[in-house]
Amino acid sequence: MLLLDLSVPGRQGYALPKLDVEETPIEELIPETYLRKSELGLPELTEPEVVRYFTQLSRKNHGVDVGFYPLGSCTMKYNPRVNENIAAMPGFSRIHPRQPENTVQGALQLMYELDRYLAEIAGLAKTSLQPAAGAHGELTGLLIIKAYHEFNGEAEQRREIIIPDSAHGTNPASAQMAGFIAREISSDPRGGVDVEALRAMVGPQTAGLMLTNPNTLGLFDENIETIAKIIHDAGGLLYYDGANANAILGIVRPGDTGFDIVHFNLHKTFSTPHGGGGPGSGPIVVSNKLVDFLPDPIVEYTDGRYHLARPKHSIGPVKAFYGNFGVMVKAYAYIRHLGAEGLRAVSENAVLNANYVLNQLKQDYHLPYDRLCMHEFVLSGKWQKELGVSTLDIAKRLLDYGVHAPTIYFPLIVEEAIMVEPTETESKATLDAFIEAMQNIAEEVRTNPERIKSAPCQTPVKRLDETKAARSPVLTRKL
Amino acid sequence: MPYIPNTPEEQQQMLKSLGMSKLAELFADIPDHLQLKRPLDLPEPLAEHQLLRYMGQLAEKNVNLDRCISFLGAGAYDHIVPAVVSHIINRGEFLTAYTPYQAEVSQGVLQSIFEFQTLIANLTNMEAANASMYDGATALAEAALMSCNVTNRRKVAAAANLDPRWLEILQVYLESQNIELINIAYDPVTGLVDLEAVEPKLGAELACMIVSQPSFFGSVDDVDRVAQWIKSYQGLLVMAVDPISLGILKAPGEYGADIVVGDAGCLGNPISFGGPSVGFFAVTGMKLIRRMPGRIVGQTTDRDGNIGYVLTLQAREQHIRREKATSNICTNQALNALTATIYLALLGPQGIKQVAYQCLQKTAYLRRKLEAAGFKLRFNAPVFKEFVIQADWDWEEINQRLLEHGYLGGFPLKLADPNLSDCTLIAVTEARTKAEMDRFVDLLRGWR
Amino acid sequence: MEVRKGLLYSKDHEWVQEVSESVVRVGISAYAQDQLGDIVYIELPEIDAEVAKGESFTVVESVKAASDVFSPVSGKIVAVNEKLEDSPELINESPYDEGWIIEVKSDELELSDLMTAEEYARYIEEV
Repeated sequence: MLLLDLSVPGRQGYALPKLDVEETPIEELIPETYLRKSELGLPELTEPEVVRYFTQLSRKNHGVDVGFYPLGSCTMKYNPRVNENIAAMPGFSRIHPRQPENTVQGALQLMYELDRYLAEIAGLAKTSLQPAAGAHGELTGLLIIKAYHEFNGEAEQRREIIIPDSAHGTNPASAQMAGFIAREISSDPRGGVDVEALRAMVGPQTAGLMLTNPNTLGLFDENIETIAKIIHDAGGLLYYDGANANAILGIVRPGDTGFDIVHFNLHKTFSTPHGGGGPGSGPIVVSNKLVDFLPDPIVEYTDGRYHLARPKHSIGPVKAFYGNFGVMVKAYAYIRHLGAEGLRAVSENAVLNANYVLNQLKQDYHLPYDRLCMHEFVLSGKWQKELGVSTLDIAKRLLDYGVHAPTIYFPLIVEEAIMVEPTETESKATLDAFIEAMQNIAEEVRTNPERIKSAPCQTPVKRLDETKAARSPVLTRKL
Repeated sequence: MPYIPNTPEEQQQMLKSLGMSKLAELFADIPDHLQLKRPLDLPEPLAEHQLLRYMGQLAEKNVNLDRCISFLGAGAYDHIVPAVVSHIINRGEFLTAYTPYQAEVSQGVLQSIFEFQTLIANLTNMEAANASMYDGATALAEAALMSCNVTNRRKVAAAANLDPRWLEILQVYLESQNIELINIAYDPVTGLVDLEAVEPKLGAELACMIVSQPSFFGSVDDVDRVAQWIKSYQGLLVMAVDPISLGILKAPGEYGADIVVGDAGCLGNPISFGGPSVGFFAVTGMKLIRRMPGRIVGQTTDRDGNIGYVLTLQAREQHIRREKATSNICTNQALNALTATIYLALLGPQGIKQVAYQCLQKTAYLRRKLEAAGFKLRFNAPVFKEFVIQADWDWEEINQRLLEHGYLGGFPLKLADPNLSDCTLIAVTEARTKAEMDRFVDLLRGWR
Repeated sequence: MEVRKGLLYSKDHEWVQEVSESVVRVGISAYAQDQLGDIVYIELPEIDAEVAKGESFTVVESVKAASDVFSPVSGKIVAVNEKLEDSPELINESPYDEGWIIEVKSDELELSDLMTAEEYARYIEEV
């Protein structure tokens, strides 16, 4: 049943205050031909019905609050509730983006200080909080790379962005959107960037390199300094995809390893709720030489007051107003709550948890890169595939254990990939239960593969037909 | 550590299972000289109780809309938010989930997105909508890029009476792909798009024509003439609309729009200093549906034949198509889209009509009163919930004076358009009362 | 996987059938459709469009993948299989017959570098 199926003419779930001004006949205000003739197509329901409908819906959904959610590259950690209380304070949630600056000094201070904290964590100079999500941060960073080369008179020649074959799909998609050509670089046998191939690929056409470190295999690229030197010597810039920053807080700073631009996902590393797919926030931090190219506006502090300013050679704005401010408030509160020591403990425990799980699972699942991992690791379901059970089947079977499946079929360079990110907010007992579930499934693959292939059976719906959905798309409820 | 369950004993057990004794050994792959040898330079941690007090004090440094009466709009509005909305979206199952990659345990999010798509498509009178965009401005930029891809043309025309900030963002997105943005001037008397100002030979080169309804100045236009004009050149009609206005104004689908975008932050979302908001993106026709950016949810069945929902048409997207994807968007604004869905469900057709009607009537009331008080109306076209008045004043300074009386004045247009330096943009929503407006007029009249 | 005898094949897994002296019909092999999985959509090219040997002329989409289809010959498209618009599954169900994709016309068809069925069968063994 959908909202419109429940609709009863005449019901309304919210009553507005009475109109208290004298009315003008509508045709005197708006010409008749500009008025709506078609139905609005909205449901008619009362408040209790709406509450019950959405509460029932919510019960058909897994979240971090419900159970383990080891979705690789997404950092599904616990979201502290105090931050929700804070973001909902009227002084944050009820301020208008175009208010005079002297009436929003608290908001600007928060943004300025968050900028400073992120710069310290990244080891770089200045932050733009404007991008709404990681991919948006990537696009922004790439536009800055372009503006930098343009400033140096090299935009025409520097057209290529180098991206590892293990990278997130957003990297090449963002490069294309920014008007670059995406060049794929292969990985070496240890899972890092193939340094020799990189040497051969760079040249006067190189605009930059996008790298996730630790990368999407959960591995720290030990050659990062060499890679940075190769790119910088060729005249390019280094972009850090911060999707995996939960592994490095206070341990290593991207700026210290040669990166020029970093994006953070506040909804991953800094614990703001993922909201079923957003809102995120994807601030970027840049080195000194790129500050002048940041989006408009940035926050500055001079003569005892905070104010908005347009950087000298700004690429322009990439989003209305200042970014996802409500998300920034939560990330700011998280950093203030944890402090330096707490953030370091986050990464230490995230990495400990990942290695602990990895070590227990590598007997039952193929581990393509057998080395220390950082905050996540990638297994391959190829042994199981040989027995006729795919990684998709394994993922679906995990749902029956009350666990959200890991990220699957990514990164693309690992056959039947299973990417596990436990995060620091899970207990050893939860990790042990997951290990046991994965071991049971591996056993089931050998003894009862049909059971796995028909999974899940404990979920609100059984396995859904994605082919049917895509072949004959039904994207709205028809009136 | 309240959020980290591992005890020191458990850490030791786990390290031991790895053949290690110290946490530092976990980071052996990071060259030692690259590791940070000092604590991060951050303020001392605050316990939750202290944190709440500190953040409360910071929040108090802002003048919030509960403490003043706002006539400020220009892209963000003080609309009424039903109390129940925040209770629903704070359910942990919605709040702490991510993009519904595993459909069988994500039916709540998937079905709610399907509802969002349905209600947006119905409200705009279009065939389909996606799961959301970052905001109205970036949705518009994506609509322009999509128009170019669909038509194989490299020029985009936009009415100059669009939100100037949106135009700037559009320019940033288009410039990166070497697509030319042509601003179509507005008529200085009406504030409406002036098609006469367009070079006729340009028409055939345009991927799309973008119009804002209402315009940045609040004016309402006859989009039919623009629609006919761009369609005669086989270009697409892209409309940027205020979703509230659709309770009264002719829907984009009724004008024959090809792509409709807008900002749905005004549908139940807190104003929150301008973000997070949520953009919507609706189209008509299967050809355009298959070129949409972002997530799309579709209905299907499970193996027992029960109805269920999945992410669909994914081959358009970055995780599959990489550099050939229709967009790079991944994470969108799902929770804000859910908020908009709940808002629309609560208000229903009658409620949305009433909100729109009250905006219209209250705006008309204030506009009339200000005119009677001697302020000049800058444009003479019909308006919905905003309008421009003119006076030989520094409106920024006036706003400071208004603040002393508990009023947040309009948006001084000198900040956006040098031709309108003596103008201010006043917004009136259903949240304003007659008494608030009367006093506002009295104050301004007194200073003349 | 069936490798239909009498057809010619490219390394990108397209098949070519000679319809007349100057026209060939093109589709994807049974092996290719099996690798892609359930095909959910194909964007049909326009009639009269020029195609070049080795270049992509369309994309087939499955639920989790999108793959270019490369033209095994150069020439002009003279027919497209419009049934695929509503029934892309024909490519899965009948790759060599009802699931054909386009017909290409050229006065100088170059077919000499394509594989025979036997050669293609060996080729996919090795892949």
